[in-house]
Amino acid sequence: MSLRSPLGRVLGLGSAKEGVHHWWVQRLTSVALVPLAVWFLVSLLSLPALDHTTVIVWMAQSWTSLLLILFVLIATWHSQLGLRVVVEDYVHGGAKTVVLVLVTFAHALIAVAGVFAILKVAFGGSP
Amino acid sequence: MTERPLSPHWQVYKFKYTLTTSFLNRITGVVLSLGLIVLAYWLMAVASGGRAYTQALAVLSMLIFKLLYAALLVSFCYHLVAGIRHLIWDTGRYMERAQSKRSAAIISVVSVLLMAVCLYFAFFAGAHAP
Repeated sequence: MSLRSPLGRVLGLGSAKEGVHHWWVQRLTSVALVPLAVWFLVSLLSLPALDHTTVIVWMAQSWTSLLLILFVLIATWHSQLGLRVVVEDYVHGGAKTVVLVLVTFAHALIAVAGVFAILKVAFGGSP
Repeated sequence: MTERPLSPHWQVYKFKYTLTTSFLNRITGVVLSLGLIVLAYWLMAVASGGRAYTQALAVLSMLIFKLLYAALLVSFCYHLVAGIRHLIWDTGRYMERAQSKRSAAIISVVSVLLMAVCLYFAFFAGAHAP
């Protein structure tokens, strides 16, 4: 005999009504990433060299900083949404929750580290 | 944990171009996620100053990372082209069998061409991949 009501059990097993939101944000971020990711790749490959000075001069330009921050945030968001589905499909049981938490934390860390680094360079904090 | 019904495991499906293109999109997406770790490490290295950056660049120039950059470029080209195909599907177009077979062929050709261009510029033209 469980303390959970039949209704509660049914609700607990049913759809959380978040699927459409997940689907929609994945599409939004993918549309945004088409120009952003192409811009990032082309800009990176167009740099004459990858020494510190060259990278700093490039990264500290306002438009570069802005687009880089957008790229890092939207790419990590898109990646988190995608990996979440992959984990949900292939990892089962208790491990699923643990992996999902780790994946989410890792993405948060990557996003914050990326934005922090770009801002630091943009504000001249990396001589 | 309650036993919940699972969808059939991917290994039971027959090899099909539709499944293959979809599965490749997943795999390349996972590879690109790994690339984000390297991107964050590189950005943090840039922000840590010239000396730290030089040290990080030595790590990022190792052969295993060069292989990763090649994998990332290949994955990016595929994921970009296949992703655009998915976005077109999301509008409800080209979902017939013959059409999806044709678009599978198109994205294969286009992404391979794109891969060749990207790899050429990253490793040969300026040859400044770290």
